[in-house]
Amino acid sequence: MTDTTQEPVHSSNQTGDISRSYWSDVWRQFRSHKGAMAGAIVFFGIIFATLLGPWFYNVDATFIDIRSRNQGPSFDHPFGTDQLGRDILARMMAGGQVSMAVGMTAMLISLILGTLVGVLAGYFKSLDGPLMRLTDLFLALPLLPLLLVIILLFRDPLNAAFGPEGGIFILMVSAIGITSWMQAARIVRGDVLALKEREFVLAARSIGTSRTMMIMRHILPNVLSPIMVSATLGVANAIITESALSFLGLGFPPDFPTWGRLLFDGVDYLQQYPERVIFPGVAISLVVLSVNYMGDGLRDALDPRIRGR
Amino acid sequence: MPWLASEIPTVGNGGVSEDLTTITWNITPGIVWSDGSAFTSADVKFTYDYCTHPEGGCAQLTKFEGVSSVDTPDDLTVVVTFEGPTPNPYGPFVGGESPIIQKAQFEGCIGADASTCTEQNFGPIGTGPFVVTEFRTNDVIQMVANENYRDPNKPAFASVTFKGGGDATAAGRSVMETGEFDYAWNLQLAPDVIAGMAEGGLGTPVAGFGPLMERLMLNNTNPDPARGDMRSVKDDPAGGSEHPFLGDPAVYKALSMAIDRPLLVEIGYGQAGNTGCSWVPAPDAYASPIDNCEVQDIAGANAMLDAAGYMDTNGDGVRETPDGVPMSILYQTSTNAVRQDFQALIKQWWSEIGVETELRNIDASVFFGGDAGSPDTFQKFFADVEMYANTFNGTDPQAYLGNGLCNKAPRPDTQWQGENISRFCMAEYDAMHAQLTQTADIAERQRIGRELNAMMVENGGLIPLVHRGRVSAHANSLGGIVLNVWDSELWNVADWYRIDG
Repeated sequence: MTDTTQEPVHSSNQTGDISRSYWSDVWRQFRSHKGAMAGAIVFFGIIFATLLGPWFYNVDATFIDIRSRNQGPSFDHPFGTDQLGRDILARMMAGGQVSMAVGMTAMLISLILGTLVGVLAGYFKSLDGPLMRLTDLFLALPLLPLLLVIILLFRDPLNAAFGPEGGIFILMVSAIGITSWMQAARIVRGDVLALKEREFVLAARSIGTSRTMMIMRHILPNVLSPIMVSATLGVANAIITESALSFLGLGFPPDFPTWGRLLFDGVDYLQQYPERVIFPGVAISLVVLSVNYMGDGLRDALDPRIRGR
Repeated sequence: MPWLASEIPTVGNGGVSEDLTTITWNITPGIVWSDGSAFTSADVKFTYDYCTHPEGGCAQLTKFEGVSSVDTPDDLTVVVTFEGPTPNPYGPFVGGESPIIQKAQFEGCIGADASTCTEQNFGPIGTGPFVVTEFRTNDVIQMVANENYRDPNKPAFASVTFKGGGDATAAGRSVMETGEFDYAWNLQLAPDVIAGMAEGGLGTPVAGFGPLMERLMLNNTNPDPARGDMRSVKDDPAGGSEHPFLGDPAVYKALSMAIDRPLLVEIGYGQAGNTGCSWVPAPDAYASPIDNCEVQDIAGANAMLDAAGYMDTNGDGVRETPDGVPMSILYQTSTNAVRQDFQALIKQWWSEIGVETELRNIDASVFFGGDAGSPDTFQKFFADVEMYANTFNGTDPQAYLGNGLCNKAPRPDTQWQGENISRFCMAEYDAMHAQLTQTADIAERQRIGRELNAMMVENGGLIPLVHRGRVSAHANSLGGIVLNVWDSELWNVADWYRIDG
């Protein structure tokens, strides 16, 4: 990732022209990556479908219409109904909102944590040892058992404070966030270590730039590329973890649809009604795949050496 | 069917005394433990001492309710003396839930040491047809045929692999579709799922009805997390241990009326279930069905709540108690597809009568695990309502009806052990149960049993939902199976054999 011969991107005082052309360069490069474009279209398509879908398809995802259970796809129920007569399309959209929200928020938390730890460890020598050992510690923790313990310990207080769904959302998002920042922290630290020995940093320091300004103006913009990539991967990771927890019957209340929960509910009916597993399974796979392609494209686009070509 | 005793003692043959206070068992001479040593009355006496030790009894302590002493006049005679006349003396040492353990093996485990004896508990010496060779928690038990079994021609199998853990789907599939295993029990699966598996053609589902009852236990104590250590604990000296609204007859009756039991049966059990209207659904003589339990009556339930003063005062669709507490219920059960469907259905019905429900499902091994360190066990009951099934072995419900006694409520000083899960407590109930233990006349016992049964349901101990059959599946090549709903399904495993072909 880090290459000392790489020409760093200088943030300049004349932000106007140069930064615009920088981002338009990035966009041009991103567009030339076909996989990334396809990924972006699918990803934003799914987001729009889950967010705007319920406006057009106004069916309550938890309403039980027991008379019309186990129906195949039809005009009334485009994706069919489940074993209690709940509309699967409505559940897919409601579940998608939750799964995507969990993925995005958990990604943001892990990104902020990872960047903070990485920059601090890389920039301040005295903090490097302790912070990196802390990172090792978190890396050594097995994720799922840790999540189970976190959920056990904090579920009730959070439920009391934010209600069952809000509480578990905060819990899941923060649990996934604080257990997935380590890779980002390591990558960022490595880049910062290399960057801070570069001439332009020395130059900035010689004119008396404060530490905060140094980090904000000179270091962070240059480590943006690895941060963006780990962010996209983080979304996919968080959605999968949430699905795994829901699949295990933990996480959200059982009648609260998420993609993982739909998958879990559908497993018993795998043979009779395979579409109940296929719909959420395909949705999860598509999101993860598209996000990965987007990450791939973003990395290429943000890397000035590739972009130049 | 006597296995270790030479005959079943009755009043007629003098085995049970005229005043019904003692029962004398004569052990068949020549029975040996699987390690070859002789099975004697000392082992039986030791089992009693072990179970009733004040510093740490065994899980089946209720089986010894009312026993005052166990005496051994000689090596092959056991006399069980009861505190009073006991018309059904076949509780202690009878059936699959009241096993006898070997004195030589468990001698060091008595009292407080009981929990340290992992090795003994994982490799018990018994007199049955198979001997445990390996016990892996949550995984498998390996057993081989007992060379010292009392019938030299049995069992027909050289080894048994007993697979635990996993779920009902996998178990049913492994018997009926892939044929990896020969027997699977407790297949709590939706009827169409079982039917689909049976099409696999390698196994056959069988069902039988015992007293197994899927029910909603109502918490008679206050599970509010704010109560800290006194959460779901009965009789807090500081007060406030009563549930804010579940104790009101109007509430639990309305909750019960809102449920459409025939639909639950259809969705969840099909042929393997009947509408459950009584705590003890079988034997019939003890059943006491609640009125109109097969009819869902949302309007009636609403009217009942209105009349009792539970109104939705702030317009959010959820009623409040006269004290202003919103009627919000936390409803927990184990993770199982059928149970989650029930949860969703019942939540919807309750929402129609203005009761808000929060659902929670807990992994079955945690929920039923009984670990005093976990907040999610069914004994701790940190919820308002919980759903599970319970049953009893044998045909006499006396010990089972004992689950409603005040002093059986789980609480911190019993390590949360106890059978009175709903913390139901009524002096009249305790008195009547004491009367049951004194009564010999079978018709009178049935009358008292029915009354206790009704008392529990009428006074908000639980809401019966579905009378469940046991559904098991056996491979088509496995013979000799007689599904026994009154005891362990493996009761005659010694007689099982392989059908040729």
